[in-house]
Amino acid sequence: MKVKEILTEKEGEKLFLLGNEAAVRGALEGGVSVVSTYPGTPSSEIGNVFYKIAREAGVYFEFSSNEKVALEVSVAAAAAGLRSFVFMKHVGLNVAADSFMSAVYTGVRGGMIVLSADDPSMYSSQNEQDNRIMARLAGIPLLEPSNPQEVKDLMKFGFDLSEQFKIPILIRTTTRISHMRGVVNLGTVIQGKEKGYFKKDPSQFIVTPVYVVKMRKELIEKLKQIEEKTEKSPLNKIIDKGGREIGIITSGSAFNYVMDVVSENNLKVKILKLTFSYPFPEKLVLDFINSVDNILVAEEVEPVMEKEVLAIIGKYNIKKKVYGKLDGTLPRIYEYNPDIISFGMAKIVEKELIKREKYSTKLSLPLRSAILCPGCPHRATYFALKKAIKKLKLKEEEIIYSTDIGCYALGMEPPYNMGDYCISMGSSIGIGCGFSKATNQKVISFIGDSTFFHAGIPPLINAVHNKDKILLVVMDNRITGMTGGQTNPGIPLDGMGNPAPEVSIEKIARGIGVGLVKTTDPVDLKETEEVFKEALQFEGIAVVITKHPCAMITDGENRKKGISIKYTINQEECTKCLICVKNFTCPAIYIEKDGSVNINPLLCDGCGVCAQICPKKAIEVKKQG
Amino acid sequence: MSKESDRGEKTRLKNIYKIQLIGVGGQGTIKTSTIVGEAAMRKGLNVVMSEVHGMARRGGTVVTELKIGEAHSPLIEEGAADLLIAFEPTEALRSLNKINCNSFVIVNSAPIVPFTVSLGISEYPELSSVFDELKAKIKNLSIIDAQKIAKEAGSIISENMVLLGAAVATPGFPVDKDLVIQSMKENLPLKSIETNLKAFELGFKEVKK
Ligand code: SF4
Ligand code: SF4
Repeated sequence: MKVKEILTEKEGEKLFLLGNEAAVRGALEGGVSVVSTYPGTPSSEIGNVFYKIAREAGVYFEFSSNEKVALEVSVAAAAAGLRSFVFMKHVGLNVAADSFMSAVYTGVRGGMIVLSADDPSMYSSQNEQDNRIMARLAGIPLLEPSNPQEVKDLMKFGFDLSEQFKIPILIRTTTRISHMRGVVNLGTVIQGKEKGYFKKDPSQFIVTPVYVVKMRKELIEKLKQIEEKTEKSPLNKIIDKGGREIGIITSGSAFNYVMDVVSENNLKVKILKLTFSYPFPEKLVLDFINSVDNILVAEEVEPVMEKEVLAIIGKYNIKKKVYGKLDGTLPRIYEYNPDIISFGMAKIVEKELIKREKYSTKLSLPLRSAILCPGCPHRATYFALKKAIKKLKLKEEEIIYSTDIGCYALGMEPPYNMGDYCISMGSSIGIGCGFSKATNQKVISFIGDSTFFHAGIPPLINAVHNKDKILLVVMDNRITGMTGGQTNPGIPLDGMGNPAPEVSIEKIARGIGVGLVKTTDPVDLKETEEVFKEALQFEGIAVVITKHPCAMITDGENRKKGISIKYTINQEECTKCLICVKNFTCPAIYIEKDGSVNINPLLCDGCGVCAQICPKKAIEVKKQG
Repeated sequence: MSKESDRGEKTRLKNIYKIQLIGVGGQGTIKTSTIVGEAAMRKGLNVVMSEVHGMARRGGTVVTELKIGEAHSPLIEEGAADLLIAFEPTEALRSLNKINCNSFVIVNSAPIVPFTVSLGISEYPELSSVFDELKAKIKNLSIIDAQKIAKEAGSIISENMVLLGAAVATPGFPVDKDLVIQSMKENLPLKSIETNLKAFELGFKEVKK
């Protein structure tokens, strides 16, 4: 399939879509006009697809500077009567939370969908928060798809629901839904309105105490009406396998695992799948509880529905057992899979479940840890900084490395070990401010270009104003790298691929009043080392911007131009000192079985930094094209 | 043992065919799985697939799982895979928990040694002991030098298509060869399609001798 087909494939056709791609198609079928995001895995591919098709689709799309801005862009579009769609990873909703909570109060005019991609087991995240709890905190209706087809269908359903009740809708996916592929039956793409019109009404859109007291009451009333919908919605369905011994209440990915285990073992159970799961359909669940002997709640991550079920049981004084996370039938944390569900169910059903012998190996397998790519400019930055620290005879153990969210956080790994603290987007600077006040240790903060625009500017203002002593290294690789390469405000392209003003990090730092601001190309190791030496000796806050395109960009450009630059090691000159392997560690450089050092031409990206660090000048360039 | 084969039967009866692919970032594991999935869809079958993104960048292990047939979840139960395609020898061992004595297993014999070995943080086992272990556990095993065959076909990058060809040739593979070829054409860049098709055919012959 080609990406374009997500837009152009006709109604009635089928595509093999990723959950994230299905969200795009669903938005298009729902007549979306405005789409905004800040990239974050597992939601990133939604933005990558919009980046490629938005212009042709006649949809406005942007990579906003952070999730809060993204949410505000979409909520304003919806206030102006357009259909809008904002999506982010689960922790992105924390950044957006301030506006998110109030946007549910003000409500919307055009349909608005907020999609949060949760990450059970934390494949690429800093926590395992369950945003179904956010739905309850905000009082926003919640939809939980189980597969790409449902993702697509719920987008359209969500827009209609949102417009009917004038409230944004939250769709919660998880990694296994966002990154699941399945057959999706397509509907018709509807062209959204190009422009809306904002009809003023401060009593609806200004959250001063005067108005918000009324809004609060309205919200609770809306939720009551919506609960009537969830009670009767065909999205919440019962699958009756012909027994009443156990009733399983489930949603999202957990539903898939339950279904596969039940059908493989031919279990006679009753299943209630909740897709439109908040406001929690109390009567529907009560009837279901009454129709079975005992209940199992299967859900990822927090025991959210389980507690709702327990509340119903308590309220109606029902004497039935509820199995789930709280009694240990199912694990309390991490994502589920069919084996985990089967293991849990085996404890509560009469029947013996299929159990398989499994193989394992006694050989110790090689560790394939994540590492900065070959040719990554961050490696050069870390190498030059380390050298400058050494030259100035600073004690590395005395330096606190406050790092941030992005590829460069891999600098915490050996051989660099430059990462001691990292908690959230932009935290490197605020944490640096704290350490600068609380200790006499030297503080070095690392932040990427995109993260700097996202949440790095307010703490930098704080650092200047409160006279903190920090060396801030802004690793500007001209892209939002870790999420697969999106544009950001520092790039002369916007989310539609149109030319856009490039915001200068250097000018921002100067404008804020940073004492020393320097920009350097890290691939020039000598110059970068000199810049770091100066910055390390500067009293006060210094900002060094190491600016060089991400290896993904240079690779792509070279491929287009048909240029292939590879480096090789002259075996006559090489003394096998292993500096390039042990101290620099480009993954393209490896030790042969016979002990010789070589460069894998398939991996080498031709950056030439290794040639600068080899004391014997044994590394040479080979150019083609 | 008898229990194991019973179960093998049962999976077939239910018409759910389960494939795990495992490789190292950059080898084209996800692309290969997508080609299979789309081909299955063209045949009118239901298919679900799971893939990893994000931190699994160049050099990390990449796993995809496919269930073809009336399955809800793409995640394969332990010991239940009908087919395992391992793009690297030690990665085949990492997936041992998913296979049983009746599974078909295709393994690329070309090793990829990660940087952690050069750094002395981890070890790469002797290749012969890796193959010995695979041979001892798996009766339907094909060890293929996909790198060499891909070079023969014209480009080392077509390694994944050699393995795909080999997989399609295994008994019981649920999708017809021509549908897979059609899906390759729809998913691979035009300029390299000939090399890829050649690699695919060579891989196919490797198993269907
Ligand atoms: S740094 Fe130079 S001399 Fe030392 S091992 Fe590498 S190539 Fe050989
Ligand atoms: S030139 Fe050297 S440092 Fe750069 S990618 Fe190639 S081997 Fe690695």
